[in-house]
Order: sequence, then C-alpha cells, then structure tokens
Amino acid sequence: MRNILRSYTIETRLAVVLALICIALSVTAPQFATLPNLSSLMNQSAVNLIWAVGLLVVLIAGGIDISFAVASSVVQYLAAKLLMSVGGGNWVLGFLFCGSLGILLGLLNAWLIHGFRIISIVVTIATFNAFFGLLMFFSGGRNIYNLPDWWTARIFIFEHQNDQGVWSELNLSVGVMVVCVIATWVLIRRTNIGRQLYAFGDNPEGARRAGVNIAVMQGVAFGWMGLMAGIAGLMQVNIFQEVVPNALYGRELDVLAAVVLGGARLGGGKGTILGCVLGVMFVAVTQNGLNLLGVSPFAFQMIIGAVILVAISTSNMDLSQIMRRKEARS
Amino acid sequence: MTTAPADQFALRLHKVSKAFGGVQALNQVDFEVRAGEVHCLAGENGCGKSTLIKVVTGVHQPEKAELIELFGEAVGQISPVLARQLGVSVIWQDLALFPHMTVAENIAFDDMVGLRPRSVKYREMITRSGDVLARLGVQMDLSAPLNDLPIAQRQVVAIARALMNDAKLIFMDEPTASLTQSETDRLLDIVRKLSADGVAIVFVSHRLAEVLDIAERVTVVRDGNLVGVYPTEGMTQARLGELMTGHLIENAVVARDLPDAPVVFEAEGLARHGEFSDVSLKIRAGEVLGLTGLIGAGRTELAHVMMGMRSADSGHMLLNGAAYAPSHIRSAIKQGMAYVSEDRLSLGLLQKQSIADNTVISVLHKLTTATGLISYTRKADLVRHWIRELGVKIGAPEDAISTLSGGNQQKVVLAKWLATEPKLLILDSPTVGVDVGARAGIFRIVRALADEGLAILLISDEVTEVMFHSDRILHMADGRIVQEYDPRTITVPQLEERIYA
Repeated sequence: MRNILRSYTIETRLAVVLALICIALSVTAPQFATLPNLSSLMNQSAVNLIWAVGLLVVLIAGGIDISFAVASSVVQYLAAKLLMSVGGGNWVLGFLFCGSLGILLGLLNAWLIHGFRIISIVVTIATFNAFFGLLMFFSGGRNIYNLPDWWTARIFIFEHQNDQGVWSELNLSVGVMVVCVIATWVLIRRTNIGRQLYAFGDNPEGARRAGVNIAVMQGVAFGWMGLMAGIAGLMQVNIFQEVVPNALYGRELDVLAAVVLGGARLGGGKGTILGCVLGVMFVAVTQNGLNLLGVSPFAFQMIIGAVILVAISTSNMDLSQIMRRKEARS
Repeated sequence: MTTAPADQFALRLHKVSKAFGGVQALNQVDFEVRAGEVHCLAGENGCGKSTLIKVVTGVHQPEKAELIELFGEAVGQISPVLARQLGVSVIWQDLALFPHMTVAENIAFDDMVGLRPRSVKYREMITRSGDVLARLGVQMDLSAPLNDLPIAQRQVVAIARALMNDAKLIFMDEPTASLTQSETDRLLDIVRKLSADGVAIVFVSHRLAEVLDIAERVTVVRDGNLVGVYPTEGMTQARLGELMTGHLIENAVVARDLPDAPVVFEAEGLARHGEFSDVSLKIRAGEVLGLTGLIGAGRTELAHVMMGMRSADSGHMLLNGAAYAPSHIRSAIKQGMAYVSEDRLSLGLLQKQSIADNTVISVLHKLTTATGLISYTRKADLVRHWIRELGVKIGAPEDAISTLSGGNQQKVVLAKWLATEPKLLILDSPTVGVDVGARAGIFRIVRALADEGLAILLISDEVTEVMFHSDRILHMADGRIVQEYDPRTITVPQLEERIYA
C-alpha cells in the first residue's frame, strides 16, 4: 500500500480531489450524478481522451506536440475527400485512412525533430501553423456536409431510458476511446518498446549508450500520437456529423494542460495512463459542474485555468517536506 | 584474490593508436587486464584514459591496433553491442541511468533494448534484479524510483546493471568521485567481491589512496603514451603522482601560526536543529582553516548558514568584528563572503554559458557603465585579469565552460568568487573530479591567496587535503566540532584513525 501511494502520489491525490468534487457536485447540482449527465460527459470527453493518451506517449518520450488537434482536422478533410473518391467506403476504410494519414503527419513531425535536431515544441508549432494554413487554404474554410452515411450515422454502444423517458446513451467514440486507452497502456507499460520510450525521455544519452534506437523511438512516439489524432478526427466527425476545418483549433492546449495535470512530466520519462485519464476527467467534470451550477460560460476558461494552476502547484509540493518545515519551526 | 590463473587475460590490447584531428590521443598503447583482476588505469585528465575505454567498448574505432583480444579471442572490430555481448561493461561517471524509473527497471533495462516487440515481465524483472543485488550483498527497495536514492546507491544500481548483462570485465570511470569515505569503502568491498567472483575490474580514479588500496596493478598513461604497468605493492601515492604528471608532486605540511593576524570571521555557539550544534570557530586573515569529518557531520550545512542560505537557530557570527547575520546569500556576498560549493557541475557553473560569462556572473553590477548597461571592455579586462592570475588554460573566453577540464573549470569558479573581492572564502570539497596535477595547481592558488591575507575555510573529506594545505584542522562529527589539530603535530594515519574510528 505504501508503495502504491509512493509511486502514484499525483494520481492518488488527483483521484481524491476528483472524488471530492464529484461528491460536492452531487450535493449541489442534482442533475450531476444522473445517468444522462454522466453519459453525455463521457461522450464529450472521448475525443479529448483519445488525444490525451497519444500526447502522453509523446511527453513520456521527452517531446511535446502542439499540432495534433489541427492534424485531426487535416485528417478529417483528407479522409472525407479520399473516401468520397472511392465511393464512400466504410468503417474499416475510415479507420485505415484516418489512422494512416494521422501516422504520416506524426512521422513528419518525428522526421523534422530527429532529422534536423530541432526541439519538438518548435517543430510542432511550425507544423501546427503549416497544417492549419494549408487546410484553410484548400478548404477555403468551408464545412463539408457531404459525408458518407456510415460516418455520420449515430451508433450507440449503450442505451437506457429512465422513468421520465430521458435517454442515456454512450456513443461509439466512447468505445473507441476505451480501446485506445487500453492499447496505449499496453504499449507503454507492457512492452519493451514502451520501456524504451520512458528511458529515452528520462535520459536520452543514457538510452543511446544502452543501444536504444533513438530515431525509431521518436517515430513510435509521434506516430502513435498521429494514429490517435487520426482516430480522434474520425470519431469527432461521427459526433458532429460534419467536417468543420477550424473546429478543433485551440483544443491542443486544453488537452496538454490536462495531461500535465495528470502527472506527465514535461521533459520526459514520467507519466501514467491513470493520471492522464484522471487529468482529462478532472477538467471535464469541473467544466460540467460549472455548467450545471449555472456559471456563465465566459467564466469557464478563467476558473478552469485557476483550478489547473492550483492543482499543478500543489501536486509539485512535497507534503512531507512542508510538515517537516512546520515541525522545525515550532 | 584472483581465482583465474594469472596467464588468463580478460583483455589484451597491443599497440593501439587513435588520433582526433591532429591530436594523438593514443600512441601505440599496450593494455592488458587479467581475468578477475582489479586493475587501475591512471593518468591525468586528457591523457587518453577515456579514449582507451571507448576503444575497448567499440565507441571509437582505433586507427591501428596490432591486437585486440577479449577473453582469449582476437576481435577484429568491436561495436558497443558486441562488447556487451562478450561481457564488457562500462559504468560511466554520469552512470547513464534513468532517474524516474525504479531500481529494478534500471537494473534490468538492457533486456528491454531492441525493436522486436515483446512483453515486459515485471515479476521476473524484480526477481532477477533482486538476485543480482543479493550477489553484491546489498539490500535495496526494488520499487523505489532511482532519484530517491543517494548517489552511492545509484552507483550500486549501475554495477548491478552491468552484472545483469553477465559482465566479466567492468570499467568504472571515477566511481568514487562523489562518494564519502564510508560509501567508498562499501563500494570497494563490492569491487573485491566481484573480483573474487572472477570479474575483472578496471578502475579509473583520481583518488590515488584508494587506487593503491584496491588495485593489484596499475597502468599509467601520460599524453597518449604508455608510461608503464606497475604492481601496487610498494607503490606510494607520491611516486604514482609523479608517474602520472611527469614531475614530483610534493606533499608537505605548510601550516604556520598567525597569532597577530586579525580575526576575520568568528562563530560562537552556532546551532541549527538536526544539523549541527554549539559550533564555535575563528578564522584569521591569511589563514587556511581545514574542516574535515565524515559526510553528514554538518560541514556543508555549516557553510550554508555562514553564507546566509539557511538561518541558524541560535548562536551568533562576527565578520571583521561586526555582528554578521546574513538574511540571504546576496547579503553575505555583499559583506565579503564567497562560497565554492561542492557540486561544481550543477551548482557552481552555468554549463552552457561561456567562460567569460561564468567568470563575471557574480560581479555584473561592477561592470556597468553610467548608462546601467554592461561595458564589454570592462568585462573583457576583468576576464583577462583572472584567467592570467589563476593560470586557467582556455582556448577563447567565448568558449563554453563545458569545454574545459575539471581542474580548469574549478579555477573559473574560483575566479568568479575572487572577482567579488571576498574577505572569507569557503571551499567545499574543491577537488572533486579534479586530477592530481590540477589539484596541485588549485592548492598553489589557495596558498597564494592566503599569503595575500584572504581567510579561507577548506572543507574536505580527504584527510591528506586538509593535512597538507591548512594551518589548523577542525574535526567535525555528528554536528559538533570535536577536536582541533595542528598538522605539524599529527600524522595522516593518526588523523584518519580519529575520523573513521
């Protein structure tokens, strides 16, 4: 037990705080702890979680990615064009196209970072701008409504109608998200590739001397991020039923903050799936709660920013040290 | 001690040469290590030791080599992977471990390397790394993250990692540089145990005493040339230092009495809870006061209080006869205190900045013109002055500080502090990672500074260092100053016995 607490301190604290917020919200906002609210919370968080686990892999490997949300938009746009050109396609082709397009964009980042020895934040800010600029140029900023039916059809993996006749549903994106989360967990925790990613992020020179193939590690990290971005793009269209070129612009920083909140270290070598999921859900629940409590949406950003700041600065504090300081003073 | 017959070699190199640019790093060097032997590779920084290690481990390919033989088999070309497969491991000075991984993950990390995906078996990893640690006679929390461990234990983790690869020849590059005496002793015990197990160890260290203590033979390299191979039996530190540097390094007591010199610094009943208590001391102008004792005795903590980095719980201090109670390190510096910290690499220098920038960092306010901006001519003058004064060997002042050797880096640290024109200079373990020739250079400077009237507090683990370079020696143990010694009336072995008793 002591060991678990020690190796998961940030996760444990985050879970406790999240639980407290959930309890407080259940008391103050009666709609919060209802099946319809919770299921819509999951539906809204699915895309963020898919991105988050991809970003987690990049952060563990010592990188950072700013371009993933815009990359999802690029994938959506290209996939829509490609799928229409092959006569509409189906889910299999959709996953294949979106996944491989995403991986290509991720590998482009990895190649620029590794090939030209540029730090990842610079590369991905550049590709963020380049992706978005190209997308707006070629799409003319126009939405695409003309999409294959299978893509925009609602698919529920869970349905329930309560006594008042209100439906609770989980849509397909939640199921896909669960698969992505589990797959990422397997990758980083259960395979030697994942352990090499951690090592590379933790001490790149040490990893290189141990014989870790650095180029491949960059490729795996950003390729995985790209795959997740592709899948997230696919699922986001399924939810919104249209391709809006600038719909995802700006989402990357929210996800980044949530993942770092979950204990992933900017600089690499540290981060867990559990923390990542808790971080995203922490932000989602806070936002949902503010909504239910009738707080003005204009105040959301400010409050969530403040909450993230408080959470991150307290999670960096070593509680035992503070206790000791107090003892010494008294 | 050796179990393998003496004619069995773990490694034989004959006439190995390697040049970088125009510099001949290795010139027809022979190097042989017997199976199960503890062998010391000695030489000053830049003499070719590291190049030799890198040739053996396949990091560098030699231009010419008559013979490279590992464990009795001639090897044409070594690559890092081949070297590891054959059982050659290097424990680099920076250890090349992973701070956020657990002990077990670090020890077993090399099993993870490779691109063929396979699953990680944590249970097996823990059993196997536990077994290796047991073989070393060490107990450790296998699930603790590495950065929770003190440096000495990380060293053990690095050794365990090498053993995990079935290493039969282990190079240790300055393994004891940041260890205390008792930690060093424990490490040397482990080295002996490995040697008894038939593992050959090549030991690189600047601490000549432990080299002579642990190794059976020593190979000395100077300027890329082999000086010779000597048995350590009958070898003295002075002789070994002479072989390494090519000239005699004299170790003589230089203590003198300074009864008339004014007292620069005085502490009276200084205490800080849990760190030290009832510390009273006086340092006179021109005096070098040695402060020694085991790590954890409270020496560095005392220095921190003197510099205003932490506050004392009780007691008081006087600087030049006036009450001195710095609230912050900036006020201590302003009042004439200077502190060369023990961790040069991370605390003493801005590694990515230039030599010039590092020299002037503490006196930027003195370099400003009427406009409040830094004057480049004044900066260049100041840098030139101190580089000449301390004899720092540099290319250009604009070069990064990291291009300098340990000894020259330490001189820049000294210059940085001397530029503040201090009245009291605290030197905390000033020769860690500095080779024997450069050490002599640093202590020549220290002596000259004292002769000019600077008061100096020299904190060191190494008994010989305080013995031969200070006027008085204070022995600190468990946070108290237990005894004062005069270097002229005590010998090194006597002092060592008191400290390590």
